[in-house]
Amino acid sequence: MSGLEELTAGFLAAAVRVATPLLLAATGETVTERAGVINLGIEGMMLAGALAAALGASAAGPWTGVLVGIGAGTALALVFAAVVVGARGDQIITGTAVTLGAVGLTGMVYRQAYGTAGAGLNLPTLAALPVPGLREIPLIGPALFDQPAPTYIAIVALPIVWWCLFRTRAGLMLRATGESQAMARAAGVRTGLVRAVATLIGGAFAGLAGATLVLAQVGTFAEKMTAGRGFIAIAIVVLGRWHPAGVGLAALLFGAATALQFLFQTLGWDVPYQLFLMLPYGLTLLALAGLVGRVRPPADLGRG
Amino acid sequence: MPRRAWVIAGTAVGLGLAVLAAGLSLAGYDAGAALAALWTGAFGSWYAFTSATLVRAVPLILIGLGIALGFRAGVFNIGAEGQFYAGAIAATWVGLHVGAMPAALAISAVWSAALLAGACWVAVPVGLRMRYGVLEVISTLLLNFVAEALVSFVVQGPLQERQGIYPQSDPIALSARLPFIPGTRLHVGLFLALGCAGVLWYLFARTRWGFNLRAVGAGPRAAEVSGRIDSRRVTAQALLASGAIAGLAGGVEVTGVSYALYQNLSPGYGFTAIAVALLARLHPLGVVAAGLLFGALEAGAGAMQRDAGVPAVAVSVVEAVVLLVVVIAAAGVQRIGLVGAARARRRAA
Repeated sequence: MSGLEELTAGFLAAAVRVATPLLLAATGETVTERAGVINLGIEGMMLAGALAAALGASAAGPWTGVLVGIGAGTALALVFAAVVVGARGDQIITGTAVTLGAVGLTGMVYRQAYGTAGAGLNLPTLAALPVPGLREIPLIGPALFDQPAPTYIAIVALPIVWWCLFRTRAGLMLRATGESQAMARAAGVRTGLVRAVATLIGGAFAGLAGATLVLAQVGTFAEKMTAGRGFIAIAIVVLGRWHPAGVGLAALLFGAATALQFLFQTLGWDVPYQLFLMLPYGLTLLALAGLVGRVRPPADLGRG
Repeated sequence: MPRRAWVIAGTAVGLGLAVLAAGLSLAGYDAGAALAALWTGAFGSWYAFTSATLVRAVPLILIGLGIALGFRAGVFNIGAEGQFYAGAIAATWVGLHVGAMPAALAISAVWSAALLAGACWVAVPVGLRMRYGVLEVISTLLLNFVAEALVSFVVQGPLQERQGIYPQSDPIALSARLPFIPGTRLHVGLFLALGCAGVLWYLFARTRWGFNLRAVGAGPRAAEVSGRIDSRRVTAQALLASGAIAGLAGGVEVTGVSYALYQNLSPGYGFTAIAVALLARLHPLGVVAAGLLFGALEAGAGAMQRDAGVPAVAVSVVEAVVLLVVVIAAAGVQRIGLVGAARARRRAA
């Protein structure tokens, strides 16, 4: 491979790796928001999923970690759903509360489980699973076909979610609930149940996203390690126009923005790293300004 | 406050502490020792009360007032953390250059800079909402992360201390530091916070602007149609003021407590203040009381970490429970102004 080709392939691989947890969380949030629920708690659900995955993995291997992570995300989503759907509480505040609670809980458990020294470096992680043949495709081969399992799960989940949302009766009921709860209810849809299930699906994805962050990307857990990725996932959903295809592209864009940092480091360009910390957020704001006027969220989004 | 509000507030806080205790026991800590340390750290002595609890209550009251102001007009400012940092950056920068001024002038200059920086930081979400209909919930939230990265950049770049070793700024000029109340480390910024609460109470209860604000919060369409109120304008003003106050809080923190800028200057004041505003049911005088309570919690959290080995961050569990209880109670009566907030969000969307 030539130098440029190698550099590009490395950049793309990093972009996909970084995008994976964002994409997973955003995919779940797409389902949730299509049902009319905006869940700011996915930040906390990711964090809980991350810690649970670390604990599960060190106890019984990485795949147990993944399952425990999904469970933790879903459990927090249950709390969110109980307040938002059950008690008809305000979605934004409930989401903020769930995230705050997750920060506190993970802080408590983490300190007790790992002490002040932090999670050990010998956490069993998910290794890359190269797909024979496809991995050899120039440029995109290493990016798409030499990644840990969660990346494949994320890629496969997108069309499945699209099909469920737009080609099944359940998906129609879900979208109807998001557009007009009153109309959907009049048509016989149990909208509360639909919203609760959509929230739980979102929570499960967020938990998986957190597990991915720990087991396939960072390799350890740290306090507040999600660092706003859950919120970025929400921005990705808006950017992707509440559609799985758009969400996939938007997540990749975010991955690329972060991967630029590695590219610049490789090239030896001296740009303050904080600039790269800001980049995805700034980019989102710009994109939102350019896009939102022309797209319409589910009409009943945020409505109790 | 009506009796019902006291009942809800009491339930919220009691339940929050109970959940904290239960969580600590389950996680294997000595919950009794932790809560004892929490109490001692917050109220154990006159010094603890003034120099820990009240010192932390000041930014919470200020930011809480700003958030309450926004909520009243139906806007959701969850970016107070970022506006606080914007204010702190501006305050530090100006504070480093006012050594030649008399104290009153220096402090006014620093505070004005902080106020302005907070307003500028929130001007982006205001503009995005007005021009493009971007939800302020998302834009203010995202700008928090930009602000934190910006702080990290300036304390390792333009504002780093002269030796260039530590990621923090030089201390600000002596003339820009707030005097203490004798015998304590409580700075006079407390009176600014109390003054702001008084002014806001007056604005809400006694002025046309305050009335318009509440009218827009209760229902922007109705306010436009029946009251001929320009609800877009009122909303923008409320969000700007909300950010300005959070910025001012950053300036007060720099001039009264830290004297310098560094990362993690705020232990999440911008988020805790949401709980403060909601627990107070958006009433300015209630914000003072709720700010005190959460100031005590923050102060106690530090003591809990030192004396009982429980991470300070654990107290966010209390904040979470308080928010949930208040939200559930509000959903029952829908009297808190959040109805208007949700409605305004839908309109913006």
